[in-house]
Amino acid sequence: MGAVEAGAAGVEKLLTGIEGFDLITYGGLPRGRTTLISGTAGSAKTVFAAQFLASGIDQFAEPGVFVTFEERSADIRRNLAGFGWDVARWEAAGKWAFVDASIQPGEPTLVSGDFDLGALIVRIEHAIRRLGASRVSIDSLGGIFTQFDSSRIRHEIFRLTAALKDLGVTGLLTSERCADEGEVGRYGVEEFVADNVLVLRNALEQEKRRRTVEVLKFRGTSHQKGQFPFTITDGHGIIVLPLSAIELRQRSSNVRISSGIPELDGMCGGGFFRDSVVLVSGATGTGKTLLTTEFLSGGAEAGERSLLFAFEESHDQLFRNALSWGVDFEAMEADGRLRLVCVYPEATTLEDHLITIKREIESFNPNRVAIDSLSALERVSSIRSFREFVISLTSFIKHRELAGLFTATTPELMGGTSVSEAHISSITDSIILLRYVEILGEMRRGLAVLKMRGSMHQKEIREFSIDDKGMHIGPAFRNVSGILSGRAIHAANEEIGRLDAMFQDDPNKSLRPPV
Amino acid sequence: MKYVIKLYITGQTPRSLRAIENLRRICDTELDDQYELVVIDVLERPQLAEDEKILATPTVVKELPPPIRRIIGDLSDTERVLLGLDLWSSQV
Repeated sequence: MGAVEAGAAGVEKLLTGIEGFDLITYGGLPRGRTTLISGTAGSAKTVFAAQFLASGIDQFAEPGVFVTFEERSADIRRNLAGFGWDVARWEAAGKWAFVDASIQPGEPTLVSGDFDLGALIVRIEHAIRRLGASRVSIDSLGGIFTQFDSSRIRHEIFRLTAALKDLGVTGLLTSERCADEGEVGRYGVEEFVADNVLVLRNALEQEKRRRTVEVLKFRGTSHQKGQFPFTITDGHGIIVLPLSAIELRQRSSNVRISSGIPELDGMCGGGFFRDSVVLVSGATGTGKTLLTTEFLSGGAEAGERSLLFAFEESHDQLFRNALSWGVDFEAMEADGRLRLVCVYPEATTLEDHLITIKREIESFNPNRVAIDSLSALERVSSIRSFREFVISLTSFIKHRELAGLFTATTPELMGGTSVSEAHISSITDSIILLRYVEILGEMRRGLAVLKMRGSMHQKEIREFSIDDKGMHIGPAFRNVSGILSGRAIHAANEEIGRLDAMFQDDPNKSLRPPV
Repeated sequence: MKYVIKLYITGQTPRSLRAIENLRRICDTELDDQYELVVIDVLERPQLAEDEKILATPTVVKELPPPIRRIIGDLSDTERVLLGLDLWSSQV
């Protein structure tokens, strides 16, 4: 049984098995209670209600009863097949039962005098007993009111939820609402059953649909607050993205790994940390993909496995690029040290990209993960979704104690910050800037380690060059200022020349103590 | 042709008894003895309620002659019962 120990108030929870949802609810739905799930049309209430049962059967061997007032059971069976749930087989095995209370074809039923929903309650109780069910989904409250226009119905619904409580089953009752905000329901009975309320939303945000789930209240027990995005996939149904709800309990590692470039390792105080996420920011053509390639190659040299998600270039382009810098991706891929996943950013939503990335990481189980570039993903989402995506992905990577490297493209050639950078710089552990530097009419390139969490690092902006062996980091720009702002000023004064003559410029000895 | 009429109730409640009484009176008046009335208590036969997809009780189902007709309530409104179960025809 998917039980979770009772909290202080004595409310036990039942693990739903819906990915991510059990994290944001600290262990699932209040056990033995009925939870109202409210949402506008198309907010996936029915899918949620069905998945509550499907996951129970699949993961906990807990049978479930589905009471439908709207769609006919045959239609539901067919719709759910798309998620890979074979309801007919479960029915045959006594794990799933429908109580079909949908409107039957034919003449409308006339009413003569007083009645109640006794037969319905008896049927539900009968199905629960027959299966030994511990989960019941009722879809939906509105469907009951459509069929019976009577003030008695309010009392009958109360009687129904009381009966479920007596049987000790955990229930979900779906309910329509007119808008994403305001009253959770419109039938005036919600408060009877609404000890626990979930809200599903399917809001339009910057012309993009964004599905979220929120626990509005759980009486007597705790849960994460706020809206959490979710996505619906063919094979898995609803997947909630718990974002920061993932506890940051991963150990911070002191183990260093090579960036693939010895000079850069030196600048970072001995390499990247094994479980840190590095953001590489720069204008187009400054060498972000090269740095990514070096990072992957460094992993391969250390006998590690790397996974690259490329959102801007094709498989062949990446191979050709790498080869031009002296890195043989083909050989790395052949002996299993590298896997490239090339995806067109617009192919799907950001939530689905995140699911894909997680699945790939889980199946390939790499030591290093690179994403080139995050900026490409910005295009397919709102800023808010994007930020949530990065938080969720970063948590996931750190949770698995992997080294991550993300690239971000700045819109301006000289200086400036990218949107990605502005929103995620506080989330990543380290930031490396790549910049064009114009000196006396010549375009050169500079690299700086802007931030390195938990370690000292060089504060200089160093020049680098690119050739058929890859990236070479040279000495710092000693006579230029204003590189970061994009307004480089060349100061050819004698003082710098005098200092240069006095000290040999050895980049590996220029580490300064931390401030 | 004989009428076959089923009445679904939930337990022997006052409402159930009222429905049985009302239905018998109406049938006796309209159909003489040309009818068969089956009273089903869903508490004892839940599967029958499931098979017939009964939601409310009391529910009357006129199974024969076709078409099948249903009416719910304690049947206190005789006019609606006659209309709902299409029992007028026997008088013609």
